[in-house]
Amino acid sequence: MSLHSNLDTLYRQVIMDHYKNPRNRGDIEGDALHINMNNPTCGDRIQLQLKVDDNKISDAKFVGEGCSISLSSASMMTEAVKGQTLEDALEMSDIFSKMMQGQDYDDEKFELGDIEALQGVTKFPARIKCATLAWKAMEKGLNEEEDK
Amino acid sequence: MDVKEIRKQFPILHQEVNDSPLVYLDSAATSQKPYKVIEAVEDYYRRYNSNVHRGVHTLGSLATDGYEGAREKVRSFIHAASTQEIVFTRGTTTAINTVAYSYGRTNLQEGDEIVLTPMEHHSNIIPWQQTAKATGATLKYIPMQADGTLSLEDVKATITSNTKIVAVTHVSNVLGTLNPIREIAQIAHDNGAVILVDGAQSVPHMKVNVQELDCDFFAFSGHKMGGPTGIGVLYGKKRLLENMEPVEFGGEMIDFVDLYDSTWKELPWKFEGGTPIIAGAIGLGAAIDFLEDIGMDNIEAHETELAQYALDQLKDVDGLHIYGPDKRAALVTFNIDSVHPHDAATVLDSEGIAVRAGHHCAQPLMKWLDVVATARASFYVYNTKEDIDTLKEGLIKTKEYFGDVFA
Repeated sequence: MSLHSNLDTLYRQVIMDHYKNPRNRGDIEGDALHINMNNPTCGDRIQLQLKVDDNKISDAKFVGEGCSISLSSASMMTEAVKGQTLEDALEMSDIFSKMMQGQDYDDEKFELGDIEALQGVTKFPARIKCATLAWKAMEKGLNEEEDK
Repeated sequence: MDVKEIRKQFPILHQEVNDSPLVYLDSAATSQKPYKVIEAVEDYYRRYNSNVHRGVHTLGSLATDGYEGAREKVRSFIHAASTQEIVFTRGTTTAINTVAYSYGRTNLQEGDEIVLTPMEHHSNIIPWQQTAKATGATLKYIPMQADGTLSLEDVKATITSNTKIVAVTHVSNVLGTLNPIREIAQIAHDNGAVILVDGAQSVPHMKVNVQELDCDFFAFSGHKMGGPTGIGVLYGKKRLLENMEPVEFGGEMIDFVDLYDSTWKELPWKFEGGTPIIAGAIGLGAAIDFLEDIGMDNIEAHETELAQYALDQLKDVDGLHIYGPDKRAALVTFNIDSVHPHDAATVLDSEGIAVRAGHHCAQPLMKWLDVVATARASFYVYNTKEDIDTLKEGLIKTKEYFGDVFA
């Protein structure tokens, strides 16, 4: 359908794939950081679970409810940060935030892969908060971990 | 009622959004404004902007006449006994907070009950939670029927002699339920309680007579009835308002000020500290003129027809779930199978259709419905059956679009 051209920049196939088949959805067994984050204006909420060993994210999972953009972004984020050091994970978050604001970002330091499919969200300002929800949760968890 | 003519009065409606003609179905969030309101506000700022109730100059008198004239229009519109019972506020939220703070904190103590319903907007829940915490009073909720209505048996069973305040919405902003306020007020009064009614979703759409309803307090907003944002009304029975302390102190609301003590102006001004919302009140007055020119009975009949038409049309859409009773105000809240309401709203927006998606400031009600969020289409005097047809087409496209994705 013709209406799709614009929408398709938002709902890229790879995003819908993460929405339909979310990676890392579920609970981490044993000790892990649990970070609850919601988007009060729309009711989306996720709980991110992070396992940190030796300054590295050894596991990342999430549970929650939300739209296709927030859940697919959570799925991609958990894939991307797994195995990263806390510093690198926070830097990725910064890169993602720049991407969402339509600013220039360093696309070479990390293999962003699927995440770049979310670039289309910048054209839908009302949905940016959906895309950044999981990343904000990750930042919050790591900042608290670093403050310990 | 000629909707085509009415639509001409709303400049914002005549534009394209995302290459499609705008179909505005979010009037329960805020309504659009007719020329009459826009021009009244502009006229005030261009011709007689001045502070009210002070000074002797000509513009000051004109502004005072405009502001107090708007109060009389509000009084007549909701059939209050006196303009002393009409307090201008920033909106429904401020009006409810004023009662919860001023009346609630003075008249409630441990053991007293505040009775609410699960269908309240956050603005008719949180002020009471805060008052309960401050006074030791407890909150109680009248249970709802499966279709989202209240039964009077439940109302009678919930309100007791310990109940001091009943706070209930006139019309639910999510379900469209129309509550039997007069009967609930009677039950509240029989138990010695006062009743506050959230009229944000009723006053714009139907004739309201606060004396017939016999409510003690009634709150509503200007911006949902064609008026500007930032203006609302607290109606209160005079004998109650007279015994309440102001919530804000400063200029405008005082009688005499001494170094160590002061006295307040008479009603309603003792509740209007600071320079009031002059342009907003004048705009609200113009909105009332606009609605009365059309006739509230005509508006209500038009919207009843739209609500019925929307229910009939949307019932046919496969996989669409509609929440709320059959007899309802002019709004339809729904979800589509396996499509999150945000995604639905984004697809509809790409077709120029504006609907609300989210929890509608009613998280307890979302929990009751066992959903995270919903989408809502709400109608007003300028909406047509064609708008609903466009919505239906948009919903079918939404289903197809996400159906493709999920295929």
